[in-house]
Amino acid sequence: MKMKNTESVLPSCGKDYLYNLPVGRSAVVTSLNTEGITRRRMMDLGLVPGTKIEALRCSPFRDPKAFKIRGAVIALRREEGCQILVEYEGD
Amino acid sequence: MGLIYRFWGNSAAGGSVKKVIQQKTSYTIALAGNPNTGKSTIFNALTGLNQHTGNWPGKTVLRAEGSYNYEGIAFNLVDLPGTYSLLANSVEEQVARDYLCFGKPDTTVVVADATCLERNLNLVLQVLEITSKAVVCVNLVDEAKRKKIEIDAEFLAAELGVPVVFTAAREGRGLEQLLSAITAVSTGSIINTPYAVKYEKEIEDAVTKIEPQIRKLVGKEYNSRWLALRFLDKDQVVIDAVQKWVTGRVPLNIKTGGAVLA
Ligand SMILES: Nc1nc2c(ncn2[C@@H]2O[C@H](COP(=O)(O)OP(=O)(O)OP(=O)(O)O)[C@@H](O)[C@H]2O)c(=O)[nH]1
Ligand SMILES: [Mg+2]
Repeated sequence: MKMKNTESVLPSCGKDYLYNLPVGRSAVVTSLNTEGITRRRMMDLGLVPGTKIEALRCSPFRDPKAFKIRGAVIALRREEGCQILVEYEGD
Repeated sequence: MGLIYRFWGNSAAGGSVKKVIQQKTSYTIALAGNPNTGKSTIFNALTGLNQHTGNWPGKTVLRAEGSYNYEGIAFNLVDLPGTYSLLANSVEEQVARDYLCFGKPDTTVVVADATCLERNLNLVLQVLEITSKAVVCVNLVDEAKRKKIEIDAEFLAAELGVPVVFTAAREGRGLEQLLSAITAVSTGSIINTPYAVKYEKEIEDAVTKIEPQIRKLVGKEYNSRWLALRFLDKDQVVIDAVQKWVTGRVPLNIKTGGAVLA
């Protein structure tokens, strides 16, 4: 799978990568920067624009991270978390 | 709307009811659903077997089979692994999908979690895309009640076009209604009118183009619309399966994906 260099580039204001969402905070999905089967898989997990997500826990090396998505706890790897753009609520 | 558990103990029929015409002496029933929705608990309750249940390491990875009798009819029950999707990104999805698509159960029960129904409906719609012979079992209603979640079974059944049954499988509640809904759909005494997902015009046009060709290859054995959609996805597993199936009968020569859309 192609991995974009997402670490140096920060998204436009108010938006962030899901991967960066601090534990305990919530945000809303705005877009998925991926295509094909990965995109489909993310949507099957409930990750569609408008979905509210809460960061629940981090594993020791911050990869994977656990999120609450539409009532289920889902672990996402850093690579996946960096393909999902979110907007903080109230920003 | 929103009457709490008005349909507790009843199944809300989503299709039309007609006279029982029993064609077979035994039926095969598949249990599908998202992970951890209580499929194995239902399987054990109905078959008296002891499939491992629980969060971890109880999860079902391969399918398990058992049987039961109801109203003098024999049913074979197949417990599938939990999946969020039938698009085969993992071993579990592949096992579940291969069985639903190519194992041709008489009826598929989709077990959904009442506490997060919305996320479960994705799989429900995917299953209804493959088969009209389905029953939606909304399980864990005891948990939902505790969380003060109300579900309108009648509305849900009307929207989905298939019977919807409420259960609390761990306490054995609602199972009688589940059995009767499964029997009704299997024997054909209920004919479902499942909700069909419609896609963008571009995709629907392509389906209209290739579906007749696929139907010519597989006949009525398999769902040609569903196969056409997978062909457009360039889903290699499905393409290979169809190829294998038709080998020796008709050479498979269908262009897929971009070629069709172009
Ligand atoms: N409160 C409550 N718990 C239930 C109910 N049904 C099942 N459970 C519990 O939910 C957990 C998961 O049940 P399983 O039957 O293993 O679920 P499953 O769908 O087979 O899980 P996978 O095979 O991993 O997809 C177990 O701890 C069950 O005891 C129910 O109706 N109410
Ligand atoms: Mg199981």
